[in-house]
Amino acid sequence: MDYLLKIKNLQVGVDHAAIIDIADLVIKRGEIHALMGPNASGKSTLAQVIAGHPSYIIKRGDIYFLGKKINNWTPEARAKAGIFLAWQYPQSIPGLAVRDFLRTIYNNLLTSREKNILSLVEFDKLLVKHAAKLDLPDKLFSRSVNEGFSGGEKKKLEILQMLLLKPKLAIIDEIDSGLDIDALKNIAKVIRQQKNMGILLITHYQRILKYLKPVKVYVAIKGRIIKEGKRNLVGQIEKSGYKSLN
Amino acid sequence: MSRQEFNKTKYAHNFYDDFKPVYSVPRGLSAKVVDTISSIKTEPTWLKKIRQQALKIFQQKKMPSWGGDLSGLNFDNIQYYIKPTERQASNWQQVPLVIKKAFTKLGVPQAEANFLAGLGAQYESEVVYSNLKEEWQRQGVLFCDLSSAIKLYPELVKKYLGSLVPIADNKFSALNSAVWSGGIFVYVPQNVKVTIPLQAYFRLNAKNMGQFERTLIIAEKGSQVSYVEGCTAPKYAVDSLHAAVVEIFAKPYSRIRYTTIQNWSNNVYNLVTKRALAEEGAVVEWIDGNFGSKLTMKYPAIILKGKGAKGDMLSLAVASKGQHQDAGAKMIHLAHDTSSRIISKSVSVLGGRVSFRGLVKVAKGAKNTKTKSQCDALLLDDKSRADTYPTLQADEPTAQVEHEASVFKIQQDQLFYLQSRGLSEEEATSMIVNGFIEPIARELPMEYALELNRLIKLEMTGSIG
Repeated sequence: MDYLLKIKNLQVGVDHAAIIDIADLVIKRGEIHALMGPNASGKSTLAQVIAGHPSYIIKRGDIYFLGKKINNWTPEARAKAGIFLAWQYPQSIPGLAVRDFLRTIYNNLLTSREKNILSLVEFDKLLVKHAAKLDLPDKLFSRSVNEGFSGGEKKKLEILQMLLLKPKLAIIDEIDSGLDIDALKNIAKVIRQQKNMGILLITHYQRILKYLKPVKVYVAIKGRIIKEGKRNLVGQIEKSGYKSLN
Repeated sequence: MSRQEFNKTKYAHNFYDDFKPVYSVPRGLSAKVVDTISSIKTEPTWLKKIRQQALKIFQQKKMPSWGGDLSGLNFDNIQYYIKPTERQASNWQQVPLVIKKAFTKLGVPQAEANFLAGLGAQYESEVVYSNLKEEWQRQGVLFCDLSSAIKLYPELVKKYLGSLVPIADNKFSALNSAVWSGGIFVYVPQNVKVTIPLQAYFRLNAKNMGQFERTLIIAEKGSQVSYVEGCTAPKYAVDSLHAAVVEIFAKPYSRIRYTTIQNWSNNVYNLVTKRALAEEGAVVEWIDGNFGSKLTMKYPAIILKGKGAKGDMLSLAVASKGQHQDAGAKMIHLAHDTSSRIISKSVSVLGGRVSFRGLVKVAKGAKNTKTKSQCDALLLDDKSRADTYPTLQADEPTAQVEHEASVFKIQQDQLFYLQSRGLSEEEATSMIVNGFIEPIARELPMEYALELNRLIKLEMTGSIG
């Protein structure tokens, strides 16, 4: 099949209210798609729905990943199949050391793919290699996951997980908030290097789109995609704001 | 040998040994039973007298009306003494095969070989094995069961026994004083530093059995020792009783670490009295892990008697289905410049209940004392329960007192975060729980930390219960 993710006539609700309505969204390998929109436009909700958040109910329509309908898949099954969500607000897990967390999720994925797990030493080498790309210091690995992290450290840890888990599709939610300009440029560079990965980039601002070139841009307002187009749509939003599109 | 009927659950320690003891007293408690226990042990008259006196006090004292529900506890239905073997062994070859197999299943001899300075193993009412590595024997360290210590070092034992936990302290300390058997005696001479842990393991096998060990630890001036004990029992439909007494004496500038991980099946009433006395400049570190049991009532205390003494208590309680952990910690500041810290963590799951009772007391004139308590409860579902009852009595205006208590629930987004990385809900929950208890797990020897994680996993899936 020629696509990673395909969303068809999707309507998602919480309780009785429909909060997302998406007619058609298709992402292929190696493509970057940008989903833009003002606050509370349902962007993050869509990200969580694709990753399988249990609070959202699919009322209509389907989500396909690599040709399989995943509407009812557990979040872990989706992760194992190759879907990754870089969270806008990553959760903290007190007492769980970053190194142990990363090694557990890494080896867990290897096991599910019937590959041999890495030893402590082998994993540490891999970890240090990837962390260096993101300018993350070693001392972070012995701290609790996301606890007391700065905004930038949280975002870098999300991307570090992406580098380790090598998903086929990464949904990257508001990565630019909390990052200074140098860190943003660097993360954009790291994302660009993921040649085969399909990426759904969710962003409120166009800042990161200076460094990443989406093949398609969507604008969502109140749970609906009201406009889609090429990169030039970004310029239009920058000039006239989201309201001009409504 | 384990019987099929007792192997229905996954409770790892739930194996029953088909074992015939060499002697046991009939069920129920009487002056005769108490006398028989004393006679079998050929005890001196002073001790016989103490036992009879204790029995009277026990009979006079009312059952505690606070804490947990003790209405199911029937003292007439308990067997107070079971002698498993004719004599104690100092190498595993001499231990009867059935008992040896039980301890091997529990990993006890392996632990001894790998990381211990000495080991004592109690089965039912008596210590069946004890051994101290030669290096420590040479330096004058004493490590044996308490009954042997009474014969070998009578003056030493007499001086300390019952001086910290008096007979009449409470109903169960009186019961223990009347029928105690087994338990460990540790004596560390002045300035001797025992750098690797000593361990005792208590195994309760027979049903309706009462285990009443008594432990006495004395660390002389400037010495150092770490003592670890573990307890298990198989699961029966009928109730058993564990009522231990522990007395710990930390002489000036000594350092004692006392670690206990108790894992009882949930038909055991675990009603113990444990106390440490810290003299000038002494440090007592206490790590107390409580799993299982029908009801645990346990409030270990550190009395900071000498100036500059330090007490540190890390307490963990896990209550699953049908279990009530009424546990706590006490710090009694009697001298100036003393400091204490209590960290209590509890996990309640599948309708389990944890009650934390903390007592911090600062006597008048105990200037510049510092004390800090932190009490965190994790509730894994809506059926489970956690309560905190902190008491503070500070009669000294210069005391610095801090107390924090929090109740946590696992957030759905925390679970989803871990699940979105490929972990199942169960794996995710277990990682969050292990993170929660990490401040206590990291203080344990590695073998115990791993055991702790394994036990929590079992409790969470309801395998015990």
